[in-house]
Amino acid sequence: MEKLINLTLKVWRQNGSKAKGRFETYKVNNVSTGSSFLEMLDMLNEQLVNEDKVPVAFDHDCREGICGTCSLYINGRPHGPDDDVTTCQLHMRKFTDGQTITIEPWRSTAFPVIYDLMVDRRAFDKIISAGGYVSVNTGGVPDANAIPIAKADADEAMDSASCIGCGACVAACKNGSAMLFVSAKVSQLAMLPQGRIEASRRAKAMVAKMDELGFGNCTNTGACEVECPKNISLSNIARLNREFLYAKFQD
Amino acid sequence: MSKINARIPEGPLAQKWTNYKDHQKLVNPSNKRKLDVIIIGTGLAGASAAAALGEMGFNVKNFCIQDSPRRAHSIAAQGGINAAKNYPNDGDSVFRLFYDTIKGGDYRSREGNVHRLAEVSNSIIDQCVAQGVPFAREYGGLLDNRSFGGAQVSRTFYAKGQTGQQLLLGAYQALMRQVNLGTVTMYTRTELVEIVLVDGKAHGIISRDLVTGELQRHFGHAVVLATGGYGNAFFLSTNAMGSNGSALVKAYQKGAMFANPCMAQIHPTCIPVHGESQSKLTLMSESLRNDGRIWVPKKKEDAEAIRSGKLKATQIAEENRDYYLERRYPAFGNLVPRDVASRAAKERCDAGYGVGATGLAVYLDFKSSIERLGQKTIEDRYGNLFQMYEKIVDENPYETPMMIYPAMHYTMGGIWVDYELQTTIPGLFAAGEANFSDHGANRLGASALMQGLADGYFVLPYTLQNYLADEIHTKRMTTNEPEFVDAERAVKERFAQLMGIKGKRTVDSLHKELGLVMWDFVGMGRNKKGLEDAIQKIAAIKKEFWTNVRIPGDQSGMNVELEKASRLADFIEIGDLMARDALNREESCGGHFREEYQTPEGEALRQDDKFAYVSCWEYKGEKQEPELHKEELIYETVKMVQRNYK
Repeated sequence: MEKLINLTLKVWRQNGSKAKGRFETYKVNNVSTGSSFLEMLDMLNEQLVNEDKVPVAFDHDCREGICGTCSLYINGRPHGPDDDVTTCQLHMRKFTDGQTITIEPWRSTAFPVIYDLMVDRRAFDKIISAGGYVSVNTGGVPDANAIPIAKADADEAMDSASCIGCGACVAACKNGSAMLFVSAKVSQLAMLPQGRIEASRRAKAMVAKMDELGFGNCTNTGACEVECPKNISLSNIARLNREFLYAKFQD
Repeated sequence: MSKINARIPEGPLAQKWTNYKDHQKLVNPSNKRKLDVIIIGTGLAGASAAAALGEMGFNVKNFCIQDSPRRAHSIAAQGGINAAKNYPNDGDSVFRLFYDTIKGGDYRSREGNVHRLAEVSNSIIDQCVAQGVPFAREYGGLLDNRSFGGAQVSRTFYAKGQTGQQLLLGAYQALMRQVNLGTVTMYTRTELVEIVLVDGKAHGIISRDLVTGELQRHFGHAVVLATGGYGNAFFLSTNAMGSNGSALVKAYQKGAMFANPCMAQIHPTCIPVHGESQSKLTLMSESLRNDGRIWVPKKKEDAEAIRSGKLKATQIAEENRDYYLERRYPAFGNLVPRDVASRAAKERCDAGYGVGATGLAVYLDFKSSIERLGQKTIEDRYGNLFQMYEKIVDENPYETPMMIYPAMHYTMGGIWVDYELQTTIPGLFAAGEANFSDHGANRLGASALMQGLADGYFVLPYTLQNYLADEIHTKRMTTNEPEFVDAERAVKERFAQLMGIKGKRTVDSLHKELGLVMWDFVGMGRNKKGLEDAIQKIAAIKKEFWTNVRIPGDQSGMNVELEKASRLADFIEIGDLMARDALNREESCGGHFREEYQTPEGEALRQDDKFAYVSCWEYKGEKQEPELHKEELIYETVKMVQRNYK
């Protein structure tokens, strides 16, 4: 059953990208365990505004675990202490009365802090822009059933395509690598006949952009897979490596 | 001549769109580069329009308030997208999709627009497959379909319970390809705060950089609003936290008409409210009604025992369950349209049969489907939805039935547009949920994705080009023109006014107050007295807002409370307009249910002789009431009858 708990929060505050950040400590009382983590932060902010203080800025939008906007490092884990969820789907029943919770932004060179808990993830858009698509224009395409695709391939492509672009993989990685993100898109499109044609070109372009933007190298620690809220599999990285090597041999 | 002219092309219904395309004006490639198009929003309509227009060679500027165009709330659509492919060979056709949409909309949408929507639906599926959207497939390798409410055929294409996500990522990737090619410039974390008119035509916008707080001026030969619906006027809705109606209000206050504002959809299957700190409501896809059966206890004492925690759903014997949708609507059963399903749930709960701690919930039960198909099949179809439910409610829906209740979900009303999706302001267009055009008084499931992508990929590229063909003589303006300077000054003054109030109430507390008024009086059951009261109450909230809101911080730099306050000020205007429109429309149709107008069985009773029109509201200034204009709905093909799902 739901109950009310009292919490101490240590929250990262940073007044802009160039400002020096610091932890601030706040108390939030009477939080229902049925509330979501972000609803608990809403309570904190309501409290701060009532005290005429500037509320904590954090990214969030759909609050259904699908838009990928919310982030947060909670007690040392991206998206907090529950498996297979984004922060917006994390519920307060995962915490206990009297607990202290430390809340930080994603920490990665490629994701600079903008304000408080918000980071700039435009690097992901730039990687997609470099090649994460099938180069078709609108109209003049074949009938949707013209090319049959084995169900197993379509299902596997769907699993890779489930990535929400939240960046937890980068935040979890000690090297700040974006390999899981990049490989999910490369895999999805390489597994489908529509995307197969450009597979080599895509893998090279996206990897080159990833390197250019300051993401680190992959050393196969697997932290990204563990923290991914959508269970994107490490096998995608193996497939990307295959595509990438194949492309290099062709050069 | 009325101000309202839908400009539906001549000719037989099935030929109108073809005729239009055959005769529209074109722009040659060298001129396209010289024409700037501003598109606000990156959901299905905005992203697909930006990608398609960029591919054609226009110079596109695309804006979104999120950190990336991929976040737009289209991403959260779960169930699917309709198309008249008739792959399952179950009797579907363009005409049937057209007819079902008109009927589902309770005969309050335009024949011409809806037929065009049905016509282009098939191209959308082709396009998405070509982009690499991983739709569900059968073992033979061909595309799979499922059923949705309001149809007796299976015409819904889907990608697990994440269809919106996959379609949006397809559009987003097409958009990012254009960014790479230099035809589209993206402005993220940037909000439209004013529309700029020059000589009566839309020629630009003022935007606010949400990180720096800086105001910016942008010129365009045309402006497209694709900013979605205004359901967050209810505070609690299935919309994203940032979804707002401000772009629509700016357009309305500049002279674009607001059409059918009261037409809002309350979705029947959402996770019920848990408590005071609730910030939004989560939808459980309509597709679940394919395999889930909705029920409440037959006996009041059982319902009471469940509410007080003495009895569990699984302990109620089969003969003591009331599958009320199957009982009332044997032909469509659990797959009746959304408005019908929502009202039926409210009726049972109001009568005292509701479950859950609050009594404001009904069951959605998968027991018989799991027995019939096996848990694996149900998991394949809805696995992510079941997981989402379990994370939120902490109950396993494979074992105990889900609890659901209706919630605000989608707005059929929006900015009035003609057949070309142009508003009453020349050069200002509206696409997707932001316009009013295709769904009448109720939208069918899986039709929002269809409409968003239809408008963006297959309608605007033609109609906007037709408009721009006459704009080739308009030189790119500098944004130092007086119209831009004045617009920016007005925005600055408005923000300064908001910051200057320095009152005691938080933005959210006022928004919640507005939401409660909307839900209680402008929600599923509306009546004259309640709507008149609502208008008074909304006026009081408006006064309280403008004299007592508190926004900490300052105008420069990031200020989330200021963003929220500015949007709430516009939601208050929308709330007022919704109540006025609902009061004016003395009939029940689709999602608009006036308690005074119902059949003896409690079904919506339309008044076709008086209200077969689109209500178009014209802004008359801060101190005056808006003026109502009417666009008569002329049905040449379909005969208006009472909807029957029995």
